[in-house]
Amino acid sequence: MTSNATPEGVRARVRELLAAHDPAALEPLDFLRARFDAGLAWVHFPEGLGGLGAPRALQAVVDAELAAAGAPDNDPRRIGIGLGMAAPTILRYGTEEQKHRFLRPLWTGEEVWCQLFSEPGAGSDLAGLRTRAVREDGGGDGGGDWIVDGQKVWTSSAHNARWAILIARTDPDVPKHQGITYFVCDMTDPGVEVRPLRQITGEAEFNEVFLTGVRIPDAHRLGAVGEGWRVAQTTLMNERVAIGGSALPREGGMIAPVAAAWRERPGLRTPELHDRLLTLWVEAEVARLGAERVRQQLAVGAPGPEGSGLKLAFARLNQQISGLEVELLGEEGLRYGDWTMVRPQTVDFYGRDAGYRYLRAKGNSIEGGTSEVLRNIVAERVLGLPAEPRIDKDVAWKDLPR
Amino acid sequence: MSASTQPGTGPDSGMQPGGTQPGGGTGPGQERGSGSGAQPDLLYTDIEEDLRSTVRDVLADRCPPASLSARVEAAAEGAADGGPADGRSAEPSARASARPYDPALWRVLGADLGLAGLLVPEKLGGQGASAREAAVVLEELGAGVAPTPFLGSAVLATSALLACDTADAGVAALLGSLASGAATGALAVPLAAAPGSAFPGAVRADAAGRLTGTVTSVADALAADVLVVPAVGPDGPGLYEVAAGDAAVTPFVSLDLTRPLADVAFDGAAARPLPSADAAAALDAALLAGAGLLASEQLGLAQWCLDETVRYLGERHQFGRVVGGFQAIKHRLADLWLEVVSLRAAARSAADALATGTDAAIAVRVAQAYASGVAVHAAEEAVQLHGGIGMTWEHPLHLYLKRAKADQIAVGTAGRHRAALAPLLDLPAA
Repeated sequence: MTSNATPEGVRARVRELLAAHDPAALEPLDFLRARFDAGLAWVHFPEGLGGLGAPRALQAVVDAELAAAGAPDNDPRRIGIGLGMAAPTILRYGTEEQKHRFLRPLWTGEEVWCQLFSEPGAGSDLAGLRTRAVREDGGGDGGGDWIVDGQKVWTSSAHNARWAILIARTDPDVPKHQGITYFVCDMTDPGVEVRPLRQITGEAEFNEVFLTGVRIPDAHRLGAVGEGWRVAQTTLMNERVAIGGSALPREGGMIAPVAAAWRERPGLRTPELHDRLLTLWVEAEVARLGAERVRQQLAVGAPGPEGSGLKLAFARLNQQISGLEVELLGEEGLRYGDWTMVRPQTVDFYGRDAGYRYLRAKGNSIEGGTSEVLRNIVAERVLGLPAEPRIDKDVAWKDLPR
Repeated sequence: MSASTQPGTGPDSGMQPGGTQPGGGTGPGQERGSGSGAQPDLLYTDIEEDLRSTVRDVLADRCPPASLSARVEAAAEGAADGGPADGRSAEPSARASARPYDPALWRVLGADLGLAGLLVPEKLGGQGASAREAAVVLEELGAGVAPTPFLGSAVLATSALLACDTADAGVAALLGSLASGAATGALAVPLAAAPGSAFPGAVRADAAGRLTGTVTSVADALAADVLVVPAVGPDGPGLYEVAAGDAAVTPFVSLDLTRPLADVAFDGAAARPLPSADAAAALDAALLAGAGLLASEQLGLAQWCLDETVRYLGERHQFGRVVGGFQAIKHRLADLWLEVVSLRAAARSAADALATGTDAAIAVRVAQAYASGVAVHAAEEAVQLHGGIGMTWEHPLHLYLKRAKADQIAVGTAGRHRAALAPLLDLPAA
């Protein structure tokens, strides 16, 4: 165990893996399975579950060694929800059986995950959700399967997903945060209907999901009945931690295409645009350094509150930078590549034009918690200022005005 | 709550950050500037945190913000009268009128704790520390708007000397006396001078090495025993050592009460040349260090303004509620907090770059282009959110606003630093 916790130790493990499994000779999926079984998928996970129980920071060492050896990677663009949100929640709250069933195909990308959290009436106020899960045979410990009815929305990857993490109301007679339970939902169940939602960009990147009499076995419940809100906090907090994984290069991200256009197209340059470009370049670099500082804090096991602010910073910057890019391009900015409704596997900010980036970035201050909600969180949890006055705290969910 | 930073994050998606980023191998972008391949160390070491506590304790003990008002009041009135600022008209030298400087405080910080020699190698009589430690000191001095000549003496003058020929006995001796706190120095350039500016031509040196000319708005000259003076001689640009007593140091009423400025005039002043391979480069190195480290002073100032405002609004009631509980106020403070933590990353990056000698040209300008806006915003928000008390002379907040505004001009404005970045980033103006 001790040797696993050092860079030399994990490098030795990588060498063993490569000696036994030649990435050039194997199908990528076979190599990824071998990598998982060698504990090199996510080194901070326990042994037997794709990890070594090693410090999270050593993952970068593993990734670099394997990339240098030309080994295939799992595709984070396709399996991000599983990696970033489902996996840490399953690890923390799942039974041994659940961990062994779900984690390996999740990590290799064989099984895509989506997240059935938000509802038409429960976005920022997520705990107000009304999708019901009722236990067959009258509930209680002796009951059977859960029957789920309701509607979810803004679900990325639902059209590709094999599994979903789902929160549903199991007790309407208690305050809203207490009556929620967390499940794993089989997206191939006949009661699951996925419909594309066309967006401001023209494409249908996410979906609405209708759940009608969906049968979920109790063995697919994560955590205790009524504890779903607490389990969901793990899901949501882990997404933030995932930021620690990637160190961006300077001028990575949204500023890159604008800077490239400036360099390649002298005819677009004006003094006013120059100062705005440099101002945003500086702010993007400062935001990058802020994210890097959070990453370094996590790597030494001392997470600070700064992570709470990163999404706020990037949402604002992405919108300003993409807006500047459209202006900079002038007449070309008046053109839009394609309004055809397509259903992309993922959001590709850089595969499309500036107009797409501008429109899609508008979502950055809404998705995954609006900037307004995030400011409240920073003010209350980081700065210690009083919480918003609430009328819903001690009222049974069924009695809330709606 | 999703907190992914990356653009490729969909609603309820939790898209793995980096997936659509260059770091993930699918986005555009390349690294610009030298040394950007390695990430700077943006955290504080235990030693740096210990240093911070020490400086903070000394300032809390000897120079609490509330006690500053009386000190600067006397200085301000003295300067307005055109006479010595401490009311002791019998004192002849500029040094004696150096209030609001607190010589006793500077003795403790500079000499007893060794902070005056932080940047000076041990073999030259200093502490052999780096810009990283000096930055932490400046954070605390900024948080206290402390009236000490640390920036002028221990950073600007010292950095200029360190970029000279330190094997020269005269340079080494002067560095040693500044490092020990036996003497205090100032770099005779306008506080507004930015790195990358043309070598100043306001002071000329004759063949005998005597200096003539005037430099305006010099920081910490009032507290200085020795001036390091850029001057143009018969052989071109050079740096010269002049005893402060041989120059006319004339204070004026400064916007920043805790870092008063003075005009310095030389009229055939005796001067000693300070040997250096390239005086212009030495001056530029000093200004770059000053600009990079000033960001940490601005960080400390901004953090104090935020903390003090949050504390105040957490206690004060209006309309039957704690004022800090109103969402309009909370959101402003959350935004300010984000600016301050962002500045912390940028200031650390500049300090680390100066310490390692890697990427300093870009890192310093990024930090300084960002820092002054944050510090001024923090001080302005603090004044506004304190309400009427924020507008009074009695509350020390005004000292912070004045320092923040002056720092906005010091060592190059944000606009100057952005313009200087343009060629470094290959983003030309036209």
